[in-house]
Amino acid sequence: MNRTSKWYWRVLQYLALAGYLLFLSFPLLWMLSTSFKKPQELVELHPSFIPRDPTLANYATAFTEQDLGRATLNSLQVAIASAVITVIIALPAAYALARFRTRVNKVATAWILLSQLFPFILLVIPMFMILKQVKLTNSLTGLTLVYVVWSLPFALWMLQGFVRNIPRELEEAAAVDGATRFQTLWRIIAPLLAPGVVAAALFSFISAWNEFFFALVLLKKPEMATLPLALAKFVGIEGISRLGPLAAGSLMATIPSLIFFAILQRRLTSGGMAGAVKG
Amino acid sequence: MTALNDELPLARRRRARTGYAYFLVLPALLPVLFLSVVPLVNGIYLGFTDARAGLNQTTHFTGLDNYTGLLSNEQFWASFKIGLIWAVSVTVIQFFAALGLALLLNLNLRLRWLARTLALVPWAMPPVIVGIMWQLVYHPDAGLINEALYRVGLESLGTNWLGDFSTALPAVIIVGVWAGMPQTTVVLLAGLQGVPGELHEAAAVDGAGAFRRFWSITLPQLRPVIVAITSLDFIWNFNSFGLVYVLTAGGPGGRTMLPMLFAYEEAFKYGHFGIAAAMGNVMVIIIVALLAVYLRRRMREASA
Repeated sequence: MNRTSKWYWRVLQYLALAGYLLFLSFPLLWMLSTSFKKPQELVELHPSFIPRDPTLANYATAFTEQDLGRATLNSLQVAIASAVITVIIALPAAYALARFRTRVNKVATAWILLSQLFPFILLVIPMFMILKQVKLTNSLTGLTLVYVVWSLPFALWMLQGFVRNIPRELEEAAAVDGATRFQTLWRIIAPLLAPGVVAAALFSFISAWNEFFFALVLLKKPEMATLPLALAKFVGIEGISRLGPLAAGSLMATIPSLIFFAILQRRLTSGGMAGAVKG
Repeated sequence: MTALNDELPLARRRRARTGYAYFLVLPALLPVLFLSVVPLVNGIYLGFTDARAGLNQTTHFTGLDNYTGLLSNEQFWASFKIGLIWAVSVTVIQFFAALGLALLLNLNLRLRWLARTLALVPWAMPPVIVGIMWQLVYHPDAGLINEALYRVGLESLGTNWLGDFSTALPAVIIVGVWAGMPQTTVVLLAGLQGVPGELHEAAAVDGAGAFRRFWSITLPQLRPVIVAITSLDFIWNFNSFGLVYVLTAGGPGGRTMLPMLFAYEEAFKYGHFGIAAAMGNVMVIIIVALLAVYLRRRMREASA
């Protein structure tokens, strides 16, 4: 390739990159801008791109007036509980899957793939009927249960990749020293698995934090609503002047997942998927 | 394996080990089995019954009644058509957009870090919030698009994007593309980084230009990744719910009524559990059929 053609290639590449940057960022910037606008500015006919008189009031309003504070607490409760329970259940199972060659391993992988295929509606109706019978609809416990079951297969699959990377000799040495199987698991393996545990816990935390469909079906009482549910209910009901608090609340609700992705960012874009899964 | 186990006869040791493995796996297996596999099987079965919402309802097996009912349900087929248009457009547009972005990110460009970070942001956002954000963008009065059109003197093009019969579906499709770009980009980028550099160098030495190298080296090497991610994207898009629920709730006049929204309303607005489950079954069958055709064609291409 000669020099001149190389030059205009570069220009084209940068133009394309600028186009992508614009497309990816403009909705975000607009929401950010809306979140700083005062109600009187929002009802004006021609909105400006940069708020004329920026205010932080929307962020305060979002939490006090819109019940988003309670929804945040509900979301936190469900997300933390499902992360903790998922990891506690998945850890021993992941160990067994990685160390013993059982058929369960293949079945778990097949289930993860197969479950993608079925529309949630097929799952949610029977689940709703079951939970209704044991009086766990309209309950954060019921929702947590659903989330644990839903994130378990993937958490399991993630964790067993981490277990594979721990040399078997370590366990054998512990066994020679007279440690029981459980001691080996909790004293030797678990600490080494810390990064995997963090990844699996974050994964199930974020899935629960972001989830909408099951929450919509299972939770009917407003005081039970999780954050996505509370935010979704707000859309359309309120007038144009309330868009500011809505934008502010939405931005705040994104923060936990943004932190998660900031941690994983480098792995996701450089090492590819394998790196994120295997550690 | 351990000193103790070495003294046991082989068969007994193996049995003990398998027993131990199952003991560890069971706490994970049971919930998945009873709250995921069993409900799913039950859900498929419900599609052949007249199940309804509410306590004290007796459910009867009705065979194919639900399906003959669906055959003449024009609204359902309209929703199905919208679902296909949505899923195919989002998957195809998203694929080309993500391929372009992945190719750029694979080059040594300035500001690449910014694009990489931004490309991941939609992934980190809950679908509900993506929906709210684009509502702000499309808002007829306080929205970015209409204001931008006004500023460049094209005010007449401005409209109520999500409320207009002709623009609602395209507007929603753009949001779908935006929201799904990260997964596709990340997977394609990983695929691109797996293409051996020597192949490109060898081709460059032989005088192949950038286009030619892309066409005859990169693309064939990427093929398995492309097939996998487009199939997954199609399934995800066809089954998606939250995004469009927040954006339009299926409106205006059912123009964006995706099959999942339709089935959700059937089940939880009208209480027709059996019919909604039957819709779910039809969706699975059609998805599997379409995927089978797609995958077979790609396989044949690969072996040709």
